[in-house]
Amino acid sequence: MIDVINLRKAYGSTEVLKGITTTIRQGEKIAIIGPSGSGKSTFLRCLNRMEEPTSGSILFEGRDITDRKADIDEHRRQMGMVFQHFNLFNNKTVLENIMLAPVYLGLRDLRRLKRRNRLVRLRNLFHGEKLPLHPIETSKARIREEARENALRLLKRIGLEDKANAYPSTLSGGQKQRIAIVRALAMNPKVMLFDEPTSALDPEMVGEVLDLIRQLADEGMTMVIVTHEMGFAREVATRVLFMDGGNILEDDTPERIFTNPRHPRTREFLSKVL
Amino acid sequence: MGNFDKKLERFWEVFIEHGGYVKVLTGLQNTVWIAVAGLAIGILIGTLIAVVRVMPKTNRLTKSLEGLCVFYVGLFRGTPIVVQLLVAYYVALPLMGINIPALQVCVIVFGLNSAAYVSEIMRSGILSVDPGQMEAGRALGLNYRVTMMKIVIPQAVKNIVPTLGNEFISLIKETSVVSFVGAADLYVAFNYIGSNNYEFMVPYLVMALIYIVLVAVAALIVRQLERSLRKSDRRH
Ligand SMILES: Nc1ncnc2c1ncn2[C@@H]1O[C@H](COP(=O)(O)OP(=O)(O)OP(=O)(O)O)[C@@H](O)[C@H]1O
Ligand SMILES: [Mg+2]
Repeated sequence: MIDVINLRKAYGSTEVLKGITTTIRQGEKIAIIGPSGSGKSTFLRCLNRMEEPTSGSILFEGRDITDRKADIDEHRRQMGMVFQHFNLFNNKTVLENIMLAPVYLGLRDLRRLKRRNRLVRLRNLFHGEKLPLHPIETSKARIREEARENALRLLKRIGLEDKANAYPSTLSGGQKQRIAIVRALAMNPKVMLFDEPTSALDPEMVGEVLDLIRQLADEGMTMVIVTHEMGFAREVATRVLFMDGGNILEDDTPERIFTNPRHPRTREFLSKVL
Repeated sequence: MGNFDKKLERFWEVFIEHGGYVKVLTGLQNTVWIAVAGLAIGILIGTLIAVVRVMPKTNRLTKSLEGLCVFYVGLFRGTPIVVQLLVAYYVALPLMGINIPALQVCVIVFGLNSAAYVSEIMRSGILSVDPGQMEAGRALGLNYRVTMMKIVIPQAVKNIVPTLGNEFISLIKETSVVSFVGAADLYVAFNYIGSNNYEFMVPYLVMALIYIVLVAVAALIVRQLERSLRKSDRRH
């Protein structure tokens, strides 16, 4: 599903990713672990081009997304991203946070379709043989209503439907992060990227967020999680990548990484964090 | 102080009986119009400049646009507004063969001038918004422009309302130079009243009072706006 080939990223003269090659298959749950500064976030953020790779390529379903001509916004729609600090839109209510992108994109697609139909009509004026119009089966109101229903359904799923009209500043960290997750889900992404989703949370809220991520994993969502929660990585991941100094040093099943790591750096790291 | 009573009487006479109040009302209207329309233009253009300046500089176009904006801001902040007015009215527009009324020239020049100041205010406002907000928008597949318009700028504006209010008040005060190009503002009105009998003490005193009230009202409006914005922060 995602092929990363010799991915490099440098800030000025410091190389942060030193040629990463790996493949992420549909349905895999990949945990990325490793010491601070090893390039975990940078790698994750290259996958949806929040960081511009210096060289190498990333193929998503066969298409190279590092290509300058690739429609990056279209690509990001298929990859949900969840941040350490939630990043809910502060000027929007919970419901608006979830609805914003789907409504905007729905309306934009509708506008494009209408514009194309206008061109077809114009063309048909001057040609004997008529081209058919693109069928339009939706309307602005429908798009909004559907996005709203979907958002409320997602909120219900996480038990926060009563917060629909609340502003993010009134919510707890755990609530914010669960809403950030369903906000990403509202785009129906094919992959979810998580960058330390529980690191900014008070300990008592970590559980509720991990539970939600676990549910998504059980439903078959493909995901890549940068995490310091080793227990969670071991339980949920189908594969664990250990990164150090801009390289993937070890890539294996959680059992083997956690019980019998091959690389001395992995052993050293795990002995510190476990 | 008997003298002062007489001055007051004379002022009243010109103010009411010779139609001075009409001129004052027109002047007041022009002053407020130049400040309000100037600020509106300033916010529009200033926001554009601010966005150009905070945009990631990826190619030659964005870099040269930024250079242009830096030049613009430097130009308008580096010269007195009177000079800008005079140059616009007596040099630039005639050279271009354009003939428009002084009042409109004032609105445009004050708008362009205020854009330079607003752009700096807006830029710091945008920079004060958590970069995570832009990241979240982009990660959802919204483009830069939409994320800027729907997420970042609304939060920036909320942060800078007090500073924008100060800019508005400065504008009101600075409009007192528009008579240099013949626009009829409060000064022109009271100068007319005073010239009527060479008695300037009371007219200019009243003019000062009107400016004080004007600025106080503006400050009140800004404070009210701030309060209602803050309230929306606490909404549940
Ligand atoms: N914008 C930047 N400019 C310069 N250097 C950067 C930038 N972003 C990250 N780095 C550097 O790149 C290296 C890798 O950073 P990265 O955030 O990917 O690490 P990480 O593995 O996610 O660490 P952590 O566990 O602390 O989040 C670090 O040494 C960091 O200082
Ligand atoms: Mg990180």
